[in-house]
Amino acid sequence: MFDFSIVTHWIDNLLRSVMPGWGALLVEFVLIGVVLLLLYAVLALFYIYFERKVCAFFQCRLGPNRVGPYGIIQSVADMFKILIKELISLNHIDKFLFNLAPYLVIVASMLAFGCLPFGRGLQVIDFNIGVFFLIAVSSIGVLGILLAGWSSHNKFTLIGALRSGAQMVSYELSIGFSVLTMVVFAGTMSITGIVEAQANGWFIFTGHIPAIVAFLIYLVAGTAETNRGPFDLPEAESELTAGYHTEYSGIHFGFFYLAEYLNLFIVAGVASLLFLGGWMPLHIPGWESFNAIMDYIPSVIWFFGKAVLISFVIIWFKWTFPRLRIDQLLKLEWKYLLPLNLVNLFIMVLIVIFGLHF
Amino acid sequence: MNSALFVVVLITGLALVGAALLIAGLISPRSFNPQKGEAYECGIPSRGESWMQFKVGYYLFAILYLMFDVETVFLFPWAVILKDLGVAGLINILFFMVILILGLVYAWKKGALEWK
Repeated sequence: MFDFSIVTHWIDNLLRSVMPGWGALLVEFVLIGVVLLLLYAVLALFYIYFERKVCAFFQCRLGPNRVGPYGIIQSVADMFKILIKELISLNHIDKFLFNLAPYLVIVASMLAFGCLPFGRGLQVIDFNIGVFFLIAVSSIGVLGILLAGWSSHNKFTLIGALRSGAQMVSYELSIGFSVLTMVVFAGTMSITGIVEAQANGWFIFTGHIPAIVAFLIYLVAGTAETNRGPFDLPEAESELTAGYHTEYSGIHFGFFYLAEYLNLFIVAGVASLLFLGGWMPLHIPGWESFNAIMDYIPSVIWFFGKAVLISFVIIWFKWTFPRLRIDQLLKLEWKYLLPLNLVNLFIMVLIVIFGLHF
Repeated sequence: MNSALFVVVLITGLALVGAALLIAGLISPRSFNPQKGEAYECGIPSRGESWMQFKVGYYLFAILYLMFDVETVFLFPWAVILKDLGVAGLINILFFMVILILGLVYAWKKGALEWK
Protein backbone atom coordinates (compact mmCIF):
# COMPACT_ATOMS: atom_id res chain seq x y z
CA MET A 1 0.00 0.00 0.00
CA PHE A 2 1.32 3.42 -0.96
CA ASP A 3 2.87 5.31 1.93
CA PHE A 4 2.49 9.08 1.66
CA SER A 5 5.47 9.71 3.91
CA ILE A 6 7.62 8.88 0.82
CA VAL A 7 6.22 11.99 -0.85
CA THR A 8 6.66 14.19 2.23
CA HIS A 9 10.23 12.95 2.78
CA TRP A 10 11.04 13.59 -0.88
CA ILE A 11 9.75 17.18 -0.61
CA ASP A 12 11.67 17.60 2.64
CA ASN A 13 14.95 16.39 1.08
CA LEU A 14 14.40 18.51 -2.01
CA LEU A 15 13.85 21.65 0.06
CA ARG A 16 16.78 20.95 2.36
CA SER A 17 19.11 20.60 -0.63
CA VAL A 18 18.38 24.12 -1.89
CA MET A 19 18.01 26.10 1.34
CA PRO A 20 19.04 26.05 5.03
CA GLY A 21 17.12 23.90 7.53
CA TRP A 22 14.96 26.64 8.99
CA GLY A 23 13.99 27.87 5.52
CA ALA A 24 12.92 24.39 4.48
CA LEU A 25 10.89 24.05 7.67
CA LEU A 26 9.20 27.39 7.04
CA VAL A 27 8.32 26.48 3.45
CA GLU A 28 6.94 23.15 4.64
CA PHE A 29 4.77 24.86 7.23
CA VAL A 30 3.39 27.22 4.60
CA LEU A 31 2.76 24.26 2.28
CA ILE A 32 0.92 22.37 5.02
CA GLY A 33 -1.19 25.42 5.76
CA VAL A 34 -2.11 25.98 2.11
CA VAL A 35 -2.93 22.33 1.47
CA LEU A 36 -5.03 22.12 4.62
CA LEU A 37 -6.86 25.32 3.71
CA LEU A 38 -7.63 24.10 0.20
CA LEU A 39 -8.76 20.69 1.43
CA TYR A 40 -10.96 22.35 4.05
CA ALA A 41 -12.65 24.63 1.52
CA VAL A 42 -13.05 21.95 -1.15
CA LEU A 43 -14.48 19.44 1.33
CA ALA A 44 -16.95 21.95 2.74
CA LEU A 45 -18.11 22.86 -0.77
CA PHE A 46 -18.38 19.19 -1.72
CA TYR A 47 -20.47 18.51 1.38
CA ILE A 48 -22.84 21.38 0.68
CA TYR A 49 -23.38 20.01 -2.83
CA PHE A 50 -23.64 16.44 -1.53
CA GLU A 51 -26.28 17.27 1.05
CA ARG A 52 -28.36 19.32 -1.39
CA LYS A 53 -28.24 16.55 -3.95
CA VAL A 54 -29.06 13.83 -1.41
CA CYS A 55 -32.01 15.68 0.10
CA ALA A 56 -33.26 16.45 -3.39
CA PHE A 57 -33.34 12.74 -4.20
CA PHE A 58 -35.07 11.97 -0.90
CA GLN A 59 -37.80 14.40 -1.88
CA CYS A 60 -38.02 13.20 -5.52
CA ARG A 61 -36.46 16.41 -6.88
CA LEU A 62 -33.39 16.89 -9.04
CA GLY A 63 -31.50 19.30 -6.82
CA PRO A 64 -28.94 21.75 -8.24
CA ASN A 65 -28.38 20.86 -11.91
CA ARG A 66 -27.83 24.12 -13.80
CA VAL A 67 -24.37 25.42 -12.85
CA GLY A 68 -21.83 23.13 -14.47
CA PRO A 69 -22.39 19.46 -15.27
CA TYR A 70 -24.87 17.99 -12.74
CA GLY A 71 -24.64 21.31 -10.90
CA ILE A 72 -21.28 20.56 -9.31
CA ILE A 73 -20.16 24.20 -9.42
CA GLN A 74 -23.33 25.34 -7.66
CA SER A 75 -21.79 25.45 -4.19
CA VAL A 76 -18.71 27.30 -5.49
CA ALA A 77 -21.03 29.89 -7.02
CA ASP A 78 -22.96 30.10 -3.75
CA MET A 79 -19.79 30.68 -1.74
CA PHE A 80 -18.74 33.42 -4.17
CA LYS A 81 -22.16 35.01 -3.85
CA ILE A 82 -21.86 34.94 -0.05
CA LEU A 83 -18.42 36.55 -0.36
CA ILE A 84 -19.73 39.57 -2.29
CA LYS A 85 -22.65 40.24 0.07
CA GLU A 86 -22.56 43.16 2.45
CA LEU A 87 -21.41 42.70 6.05
CA ILE A 88 -24.17 44.62 7.82
CA SER A 89 -23.00 46.52 10.91
CA LEU A 90 -25.58 46.26 13.67
CA ASN A 91 -26.47 48.82 16.31
CA HIS A 92 -26.67 47.19 19.70
CA ILE A 93 -24.31 44.23 19.44
CA ASP A 94 -21.19 43.46 21.44
CA LYS A 95 -18.76 44.10 18.56
CA PHE A 96 -15.75 42.25 19.92
CA LEU A 97 -17.54 39.00 20.78
CA PHE A 98 -19.62 39.21 17.60
CA ASN A 99 -16.46 39.26 15.49
CA LEU A 100 -14.64 36.71 17.67
CA ALA A 101 -17.30 33.99 17.32
CA PRO A 102 -16.57 32.97 13.67
CA TYR A 103 -12.86 32.71 14.49
CA LEU A 104 -13.56 30.29 17.34
CA VAL A 105 -15.92 28.15 15.28
CA ILE A 106 -13.55 27.91 12.31
CA VAL A 107 -10.39 27.38 14.37
CA ALA A 108 -12.03 24.60 16.40
CA SER A 109 -13.08 22.71 13.29
CA MET A 110 -9.74 23.37 11.57
CA LEU A 111 -7.78 21.95 14.53
CA ALA A 112 -9.94 18.86 14.67
CA PHE A 113 -9.60 18.56 10.90
CA GLY A 114 -5.80 18.62 11.20
CA CYS A 115 -5.87 15.56 13.49
CA LEU A 116 -7.62 13.25 11.06
CA PRO A 117 -5.52 10.57 9.32
CA PHE A 118 -6.37 11.01 5.63
CA GLY A 119 -4.15 8.18 4.48
CA ARG A 120 -1.05 6.21 5.36
CA GLY A 121 1.50 8.81 6.44
CA LEU A 122 -0.90 11.64 5.67
CA GLN A 123 -1.71 13.27 9.00
CA VAL A 124 -0.79 16.76 10.16
CA ILE A 125 -1.04 16.73 13.97
CA ASP A 126 -0.15 13.38 15.51
CA PHE A 127 -0.01 13.74 19.30
CA ASN A 128 0.31 10.63 21.43
CA ILE A 129 -2.94 11.75 23.11
CA GLY A 130 -4.54 12.29 19.69
CA VAL A 131 -8.13 11.25 20.40
CA PHE A 132 -8.22 13.23 23.63
CA PHE A 133 -6.91 16.30 21.83
CA LEU A 134 -9.55 15.84 19.14
CA ILE A 135 -12.38 15.84 21.69
CA ALA A 136 -10.85 18.83 23.47
CA VAL A 137 -10.52 21.06 20.40
CA SER A 138 -13.83 20.10 18.86
CA SER A 139 -15.63 21.20 22.04
CA ILE A 140 -14.29 24.76 21.61
CA GLY A 141 -16.83 25.15 18.81
CA VAL A 142 -19.69 25.37 21.29
CA LEU A 143 -18.08 28.48 22.79
CA GLY A 144 -18.19 30.17 19.40
CA ILE A 145 -21.86 29.33 19.01
CA LEU A 146 -22.74 30.57 22.52
CA LEU A 147 -20.84 33.82 21.93
CA ALA A 148 -22.50 34.30 18.54
CA GLY A 149 -25.94 33.96 20.06
CA TRP A 150 -25.24 36.09 23.10
CA SER A 151 -23.44 38.97 21.37
CA SER A 152 -26.07 39.45 18.63
CA HIS A 153 -28.53 41.08 21.05
CA ASN A 154 -31.52 39.31 19.61
CA LYS A 155 -33.94 37.00 21.41
CA PHE A 156 -33.96 34.37 18.67
CA THR A 157 -30.21 34.06 18.65
CA LEU A 158 -30.05 33.92 22.44
CA ILE A 159 -32.54 31.06 22.65
CA GLY A 160 -30.87 29.30 19.73
CA ALA A 161 -27.46 29.57 21.33
CA LEU A 162 -28.65 28.34 24.73
CA ARG A 163 -30.42 25.38 23.17
CA SER A 164 -27.34 24.63 21.14
CA GLY A 165 -25.14 24.94 24.23
CA ALA A 166 -27.29 22.58 26.32
CA GLN A 167 -27.49 20.09 23.47
CA MET A 168 -23.83 20.08 22.47
CA VAL A 169 -22.65 19.98 26.05
CA SER A 170 -24.93 17.02 26.86
CA TYR A 171 -24.06 14.98 23.81
CA GLU A 172 -20.37 15.74 24.32
CA LEU A 173 -20.62 13.26 27.21
CA SER A 174 -21.89 10.48 24.99
CA ILE A 175 -19.15 11.14 22.48
CA GLY A 176 -16.57 11.16 25.28
CA PHE A 177 -17.81 7.87 26.72
CA SER A 178 -18.04 6.02 23.43
CA VAL A 179 -14.54 7.22 22.52
CA LEU A 180 -13.43 6.09 25.98
CA THR A 181 -14.90 2.65 25.33
CA MET A 182 -12.78 2.36 22.21
CA VAL A 183 -9.68 3.70 23.98
CA VAL A 184 -10.14 0.97 26.60
CA PHE A 185 -10.26 -1.56 23.78
CA ALA A 186 -7.32 -0.15 21.82
CA GLY A 187 -5.14 0.58 24.87
CA THR A 188 -3.78 3.75 23.27
CA MET A 189 -4.92 7.30 22.56
CA SER A 190 -2.61 7.93 19.63
CA ILE A 191 -4.53 8.14 16.36
CA THR A 192 -1.78 6.32 14.45
CA GLY A 193 -1.78 3.62 17.13
CA ILE A 194 -5.53 3.16 16.91
CA VAL A 195 -5.43 2.86 13.13
CA GLU A 196 -2.48 0.45 13.19
CA ALA A 197 -4.27 -1.73 15.77
CA GLN A 198 -7.07 -2.32 13.24
CA ALA A 199 -4.86 -3.86 10.57
CA ASN A 200 -6.29 -7.35 11.11
CA GLY A 201 -9.90 -6.37 11.61
CA TRP A 202 -11.78 -3.18 12.26
CA PHE A 203 -12.80 -2.50 15.86
CA ILE A 204 -16.48 -2.78 15.04
CA PHE A 205 -15.88 -6.43 14.08
CA THR A 206 -13.29 -7.37 16.71
CA GLY A 207 -14.85 -5.47 19.61
CA HIS A 208 -17.91 -7.67 20.18
CA ILE A 209 -21.27 -6.07 21.00
CA PRO A 210 -19.89 -3.13 23.08
CA ALA A 211 -18.12 -1.76 20.00
CA ILE A 212 -21.32 -1.90 17.96
CA VAL A 213 -23.32 -0.24 20.76
CA ALA A 214 -20.62 2.42 21.10
CA PHE A 215 -20.75 3.00 17.34
CA LEU A 216 -24.53 3.50 17.38
CA ILE A 217 -24.31 5.86 20.38
CA TYR A 218 -21.51 7.74 18.65
CA LEU A 219 -23.62 8.17 15.51
CA VAL A 220 -26.60 9.54 17.48
CA ALA A 221 -24.41 11.82 19.59
CA GLY A 222 -22.44 12.96 16.57
CA THR A 223 -25.65 13.94 14.78
CA ALA A 224 -26.67 15.97 17.82
CA GLU A 225 -23.20 17.46 18.14
CA THR A 226 -23.32 18.89 14.62
CA ASN A 227 -26.84 20.31 15.23
CA ARG A 228 -28.25 18.26 12.42
CA GLY A 229 -31.08 15.96 11.55
CA PRO A 230 -33.72 15.37 14.20
CA PHE A 231 -31.62 17.38 16.66
CA ASP A 232 -31.62 20.69 14.76
CA LEU A 233 -33.45 22.60 17.51
CA PRO A 234 -30.91 25.47 17.62
CA GLU A 235 -31.72 26.24 13.99
CA ALA A 236 -35.39 25.29 13.99
CA GLU A 237 -36.48 27.75 11.31
CA SER A 238 -40.17 27.54 12.15
CA GLU A 239 -39.48 28.75 15.71
CA LEU A 240 -36.21 30.68 15.72
CA THR A 241 -35.69 32.08 12.20
CA ALA A 242 -32.13 30.78 11.81
CA GLY A 243 -31.08 30.22 15.42
CA TYR A 244 -27.76 31.52 16.66
CA HIS A 245 -26.58 32.96 13.31
CA THR A 246 -29.70 34.99 12.53
CA GLU A 247 -27.84 38.30 12.78
CA TYR A 248 -24.80 37.26 10.78
CA SER A 249 -24.67 38.38 7.18
CA GLY A 250 -22.42 37.77 4.19
CA ILE A 251 -19.23 35.84 4.75
CA HIS A 252 -19.73 35.96 8.52
CA PHE A 253 -22.66 33.61 8.01
CA GLY A 254 -20.58 31.69 5.50
CA PHE A 255 -18.11 30.75 8.24
CA PHE A 256 -20.82 29.11 10.35
CA TYR A 257 -22.09 27.38 7.24
CA LEU A 258 -18.62 26.05 6.33
CA ALA A 259 -17.86 24.95 9.89
CA GLU A 260 -21.19 23.13 10.16
CA TYR A 261 -20.46 20.98 7.11
CA LEU A 262 -16.85 20.45 8.11
CA ASN A 263 -18.03 19.28 11.52
CA LEU A 264 -20.19 16.74 9.75
CA PHE A 265 -17.08 15.48 7.99
CA ILE A 266 -15.08 15.45 11.23
CA VAL A 267 -17.74 13.45 13.08
CA ALA A 268 -17.89 10.97 10.20
CA GLY A 269 -14.09 10.88 10.00
CA VAL A 270 -13.69 10.16 13.71
CA ALA A 271 -16.34 7.45 13.50
CA SER A 272 -14.48 5.80 10.65
CA LEU A 273 -11.19 6.22 12.52
CA LEU A 274 -12.41 4.66 15.76
CA PHE A 275 -14.74 1.96 14.50
CA LEU A 276 -14.13 1.33 10.81
CA GLY A 277 -10.34 1.32 10.80
CA GLY A 278 -9.51 4.79 9.45
CA TRP A 279 -7.57 4.32 6.24
CA MET A 280 -7.06 0.59 6.85
CA PRO A 281 -8.47 -1.58 4.05
CA LEU A 282 -11.01 -4.29 4.81
CA HIS A 283 -9.11 -7.41 5.80
CA ILE A 284 -10.68 -10.76 6.54
CA PRO A 285 -8.27 -13.15 8.31
CA GLY A 286 -7.57 -16.18 6.16
CA TRP A 287 -8.72 -14.70 2.86
CA GLU A 288 -5.25 -13.91 1.51
CA SER A 289 -6.14 -13.07 -2.11
CA PHE A 290 -9.10 -10.92 -1.02
CA ASN A 291 -6.84 -8.98 1.36
CA ALA A 292 -4.25 -8.50 -1.40
CA ILE A 293 -6.90 -7.03 -3.73
CA MET A 294 -8.15 -4.70 -0.98
CA ASP A 295 -4.57 -3.49 -0.43
CA TYR A 296 -4.48 -2.17 -4.01
CA ILE A 297 -7.14 0.44 -3.24
CA PRO A 298 -5.32 3.59 -2.02
CA SER A 299 -5.65 4.46 1.66
CA VAL A 300 -7.04 7.93 0.86
CA ILE A 301 -9.98 6.38 -0.97
CA TRP A 302 -10.66 4.09 1.98
CA PHE A 303 -10.74 6.97 4.45
CA PHE A 304 -12.85 9.34 2.39
CA GLY A 305 -15.12 6.52 1.26
CA LYS A 306 -15.92 5.54 4.84
CA ALA A 307 -16.35 9.15 5.92
CA VAL A 308 -18.72 9.95 3.06
CA LEU A 309 -20.69 6.77 3.71
CA ILE A 310 -21.17 7.65 7.39
CA SER A 311 -22.10 11.23 6.57
CA PHE A 312 -24.64 9.89 4.09
CA VAL A 313 -26.21 7.97 6.98
CA ILE A 314 -26.26 11.15 9.10
CA ILE A 315 -27.92 13.09 6.26
CA TRP A 316 -30.38 10.21 5.91
CA PHE A 317 -31.39 10.66 9.58
CA LYS A 318 -32.42 14.22 8.83
CA TRP A 319 -34.96 13.16 6.21
CA THR A 320 -36.29 10.22 8.19
CA PHE A 321 -36.99 11.45 11.72
CA PRO A 322 -39.13 14.42 12.81
CA ARG A 323 -37.55 17.08 15.01
CA LEU A 324 -37.42 16.43 18.76
CA ARG A 325 -38.53 18.80 21.53
CA ILE A 326 -35.90 20.15 23.93
CA ASP A 327 -37.15 18.03 26.85
CA GLN A 328 -37.18 14.87 24.72
CA LEU A 329 -33.69 15.72 23.53
CA LEU A 330 -32.24 16.07 27.02
CA LYS A 331 -34.17 13.05 28.26
CA LEU A 332 -32.74 10.91 25.46
CA GLU A 333 -29.22 11.87 26.45
CA TRP A 334 -29.37 11.83 30.24
CA LYS A 335 -31.84 9.03 30.86
CA TYR A 336 -31.07 6.62 28.03
CA LEU A 337 -27.73 7.19 26.33
CA LEU A 338 -25.65 8.02 29.41
CA PRO A 339 -26.65 4.99 31.56
CA LEU A 340 -26.42 2.76 28.49
CA ASN A 341 -22.98 4.15 27.81
CA LEU A 342 -21.80 3.49 31.38
CA VAL A 343 -23.00 -0.12 31.24
CA ASN A 344 -21.42 -0.51 27.82
CA LEU A 345 -18.10 0.83 29.12
CA PHE A 346 -18.23 -1.62 32.03
CA ILE A 347 -18.82 -4.59 29.70
CA MET A 348 -15.96 -3.46 27.49
CA VAL A 349 -13.66 -3.20 30.52
CA LEU A 350 -14.55 -6.76 31.54
CA ILE A 351 -13.93 -8.02 27.99
CA VAL A 352 -10.52 -6.35 27.87
CA ILE A 353 -9.41 -7.47 31.35
CA PHE A 354 -10.39 -11.09 30.86
CA GLY A 355 -9.17 -11.15 27.25
CA LEU A 356 -12.47 -12.26 25.76
CA HIS A 357 -11.96 -10.43 22.45
CA PHE A 358 -10.71 -11.91 19.20
CA MET B 1 7.46 19.10 16.01
CA ASN B 2 3.84 18.30 16.77
CA SER B 3 3.44 21.43 18.86
CA ALA B 4 4.82 23.50 15.97
CA LEU B 5 2.32 21.83 13.63
CA PHE B 6 -0.44 22.60 16.11
CA VAL B 7 0.50 26.29 15.87
CA VAL B 8 0.61 26.02 12.06
CA VAL B 9 -2.91 24.61 11.93
CA LEU B 10 -4.11 27.23 14.41
CA ILE B 11 -2.68 30.02 12.25
CA THR B 12 -4.20 28.39 9.14
CA GLY B 13 -7.63 28.57 10.77
CA LEU B 14 -7.14 32.20 11.77
CA ALA B 15 -5.79 33.01 8.30
CA LEU B 16 -8.84 31.47 6.62
CA VAL B 17 -11.20 33.73 8.57
CA GLY B 18 -8.94 36.78 8.31
CA ALA B 19 -8.32 36.47 4.57
CA ALA B 20 -11.97 35.81 3.73
CA LEU B 21 -13.05 38.80 5.84
CA LEU B 22 -10.44 40.97 4.13
CA ILE B 23 -11.58 39.95 0.63
CA ALA B 24 -15.22 40.40 1.60
CA GLY B 25 -14.41 43.85 3.04
CA LEU B 26 -12.76 44.87 -0.23
CA ILE B 27 -15.37 43.64 -2.73
CA SER B 28 -18.65 43.76 -0.82
CA PRO B 29 -20.91 46.83 -1.09
CA ARG B 30 -21.45 49.11 1.87
CA SER B 31 -24.48 51.20 2.66
CA PHE B 32 -25.89 52.73 5.80
CA ASN B 33 -29.44 52.84 6.99
CA PRO B 34 -30.50 53.17 10.63
CA GLN B 35 -33.25 50.58 10.12
CA LYS B 36 -30.76 48.02 8.86
CA GLY B 37 -28.86 47.84 12.14
CA GLU B 38 -31.91 46.85 14.16
CA ALA B 39 -32.38 43.32 15.50
CA TYR B 40 -33.90 40.90 12.98
CA GLU B 41 -37.08 40.06 14.84
CA CYS B 42 -40.63 40.74 13.73
CA GLY B 43 -40.48 43.91 11.71
CA ILE B 44 -41.60 46.14 14.58
CA PRO B 45 -38.99 47.68 16.92
CA SER B 46 -38.00 45.00 19.43
CA ARG B 47 -38.99 45.63 23.05
CA GLY B 48 -36.69 45.29 26.03
CA GLU B 49 -33.19 44.02 26.40
CA SER B 50 -32.08 40.72 24.91
CA TRP B 51 -29.29 40.32 27.45
CA MET B 52 -31.60 39.12 30.16
CA GLN B 53 -32.12 36.35 32.65
CA PHE B 54 -32.90 33.03 31.04
CA LYS B 55 -34.26 29.67 32.05
CA VAL B 56 -32.35 28.04 34.89
CA GLY B 57 -32.77 24.59 33.33
CA TYR B 58 -29.84 25.12 30.98
CA TYR B 59 -27.65 25.98 33.95
CA LEU B 60 -28.55 22.77 35.77
CA PHE B 61 -27.56 20.66 32.80
CA ALA B 62 -24.31 22.57 32.49
CA ILE B 63 -23.46 21.75 36.13
CA LEU B 64 -24.26 18.07 35.61
CA TYR B 65 -22.19 18.08 32.45
CA LEU B 66 -19.23 19.51 34.32
CA MET B 67 -19.37 16.66 36.83
CA PHE B 68 -19.43 13.94 34.20
CA ASP B 69 -16.96 15.57 31.88
CA VAL B 70 -14.35 15.79 34.61
CA GLU B 71 -15.03 12.11 35.23
CA THR B 72 -14.31 11.30 31.58
CA VAL B 73 -11.08 13.28 31.72
CA PHE B 74 -9.97 11.26 34.76
CA LEU B 75 -10.91 7.98 33.13
CA PHE B 76 -8.83 8.50 29.97
CA PRO B 77 -5.36 7.87 31.53
CA TRP B 78 -6.78 4.85 33.33
CA ALA B 79 -8.24 3.47 30.10
CA VAL B 80 -4.86 3.48 28.36
CA ILE B 81 -3.10 1.29 30.96
CA LEU B 82 -6.11 -0.87 31.83
CA LYS B 83 -4.56 -4.02 30.31
CA ASP B 84 -1.58 -3.78 32.67
CA LEU B 85 -3.62 -2.93 35.76
CA GLY B 86 -6.04 -5.83 35.38
CA VAL B 87 -8.73 -6.53 37.96
CA ALA B 88 -7.07 -4.33 40.62
CA GLY B 89 -7.38 -1.32 38.33
CA LEU B 90 -11.03 -2.06 37.72
CA ILE B 91 -11.82 -2.32 41.45
CA ASN B 92 -10.01 0.91 42.22
CA ILE B 93 -11.81 2.86 39.52
CA LEU B 94 -15.14 1.35 40.57
CA PHE B 95 -15.05 3.32 43.85
CA PHE B 96 -14.72 6.50 41.85
CA MET B 97 -17.37 5.49 39.33
CA VAL B 98 -19.91 4.41 41.96
CA ILE B 99 -19.68 7.75 43.77
CA LEU B 100 -20.31 9.59 40.50
CA ILE B 101 -23.13 7.31 39.44
CA LEU B 102 -24.72 7.89 42.87
CA GLY B 103 -24.52 11.59 42.01
CA LEU B 104 -26.42 10.96 38.77
CA VAL B 105 -29.00 8.85 40.61
CA TYR B 106 -29.43 11.63 43.18
CA ALA B 107 -29.93 14.24 40.46
CA TRP B 108 -32.42 11.94 38.73
CA LYS B 109 -34.43 11.34 41.91
CA LYS B 110 -34.37 15.06 42.76
CA GLY B 111 -35.89 15.76 39.36
CA ALA B 112 -32.95 17.74 38.02
CA LEU B 113 -33.17 15.80 34.75
CA GLU B 114 -36.78 16.84 34.14
CA TRP B 115 -37.35 19.79 31.84
CA LYS B 116 -39.85 22.06 33.59
